[in-house]
Amino acid sequence: MTAKPILTVKNLSVIFPDSNGGLHALDDISFEVHSRDFICFLGPSGSGKTTLLRIIAGLLQPSSGQVSFVDNLQPKIGMVFQQAHLMPWRTVMDNIKLPLELEGMDESQARIKAQEMIELVGLNGFEDSWPRDLSGGMAQRVGIARSLVHDPDLLLLDEPFASLDALTRERMWVELSRIWQVKQKTVIMVTHSINESLFLADDVLVLTQRPGKIKLEVKVDLPRPRNDDIRYTSHFGKLARKLRGAIE
Amino acid sequence: MKPSFSHWLGLFSIILGVFAWELIVRLSGLPRFILPSPLDVWMRLLKSLADGSLLYHTSITLLEITLGLAVGVTFATLLGYMLAKSRSLEKVLSPYLVASQAIPVVAIAPLLVIWLGHGIISKVVICALIVFFPVLVNTVVGVRAVPPALYDMMHSLRASRWQVMSKLEVPASLPVLLGGLRIGATLSVIGAIVGELVDAKEGLGFLLKVGDFQYDTSMVFVAVIMLVALALALYGIVTLLEKRFLKWQHTPS
Ligand SMILES: Nc1ncnc2c1ncn2[C@@H]1O[C@H](COP(=O)(O)OP(=O)(O)O)[C@@H](O)[C@H]1O
Ligand SMILES: [Mg+2]
Repeated sequence: MTAKPILTVKNLSVIFPDSNGGLHALDDISFEVHSRDFICFLGPSGSGKTTLLRIIAGLLQPSSGQVSFVDNLQPKIGMVFQQAHLMPWRTVMDNIKLPLELEGMDESQARIKAQEMIELVGLNGFEDSWPRDLSGGMAQRVGIARSLVHDPDLLLLDEPFASLDALTRERMWVELSRIWQVKQKTVIMVTHSINESLFLADDVLVLTQRPGKIKLEVKVDLPRPRNDDIRYTSHFGKLARKLRGAIE
Repeated sequence: MKPSFSHWLGLFSIILGVFAWELIVRLSGLPRFILPSPLDVWMRLLKSLADGSLLYHTSITLLEITLGLAVGVTFATLLGYMLAKSRSLEKVLSPYLVASQAIPVVAIAPLLVIWLGHGIISKVVICALIVFFPVLVNTVVGVRAVPPALYDMMHSLRASRWQVMSKLEVPASLPVLLGGLRIGATLSVIGAIVGELVDAKEGLGFLLKVGDFQYDTSMVFVAVIMLVALALALYGIVTLLEKRFLKWQHTPS
């Protein structure tokens, strides 16, 4: 299949103004994303991962280079952040249906859709809970549900599980992997975790530290659906070693 | 729900206070126009209720307070929002705002009465001025404290300016804003009374002055009690607003 890419990034560079000549955050980044890809940028902190996602989301203008979407249409975006960033004054239900409210969907329909998402991420019974009463893992599930509820064309995940403890994080990988298979979304994720990138993505691009530059691209030819066992296979180990070698 | 023991304790304390007051009046033998007894004040209260004067003057003061609060809070939140969003506007206006805070409103109240007359407009303006600053400051603080990540989240969803304001900035800054309103509500009572004391033909401040001139000290007490009741009622309304809108802060765990 050689369909048109839904996102093309070409020679993208970002320089933040500062006192000594500007901080070079991203340098000459080029890549393509096709529909239903799950691609992952792997890089140490400060390699410009968040900056890259903010540019794709249209929250920031690049200093040079182009970000173009298929047919020049701004895609609908769902975003998950390192912290869940829920609105503390909204219940779980109301947080999840926020994107639908913004689209002007009527209340009853929005609730039905939000309820579907609540079930998808396994939060039944917590509809009326306040964010302050949720654990980190539950809050992050709400964040994921919110990013999917309006059926976005493109899902952007910014180290979505970095703030969770190791066990919860690994459980969330399995969940996200399952959700991705159900929803068939196009996903761009950034992370500093090699295991996370390999477990979830089809394609891993390694970023160097400041300025962030694509150093290596690794196709993750591990079978799906992926479960915990896959991390203990020799092929997983081989890919992990390759990525480890590329990150300084 | 059964009223708790501490509720009764409060009531008990008030009754005890009234008794102590009565006792002081009897033992000291002070004349009525210096210190009236609780019973004198009670009778005066009933009388002024019966002839309608108390309710009339209270309603005037309440009107001034309500209008003053409305005007003060409206301007303070609008300007506060603009200041919060624009550092340059803040730079331009802050010297004036800081300087204006150095002027006690009480001191310029006579000026305002000269300029605006002794009707209720001058009192409304004094009220509004005294309420303005705390609400303004809290609005700026509240809006500035909105987490940048939530702006990112809203913008990634292509939220309009209006949606960002109504669904993010207003609810996010509401706790701080209501805190400002709480201070403002109490101050507004002071504002109205200061204005009326300077020059007025009606209102509780006027009643205070009349009582004072005529050595009708019981009347002064009645007016003061009414003022306390007004202030408490306003405070109570703000508390109710907080209960209603800030439920999410007070969830029992
Ligand atoms: N708005 C900004 N203004 C100035 N510098 C920034 C800004 N955003 C990020 N940076 C800088 O750009 C570099 C990359 O940041 P970021 O994209 O957050 O990296 P990562 O998410 O990989 O940790 C860092 O050095 C950071 O300090
Ligand atoms: Mg980051």
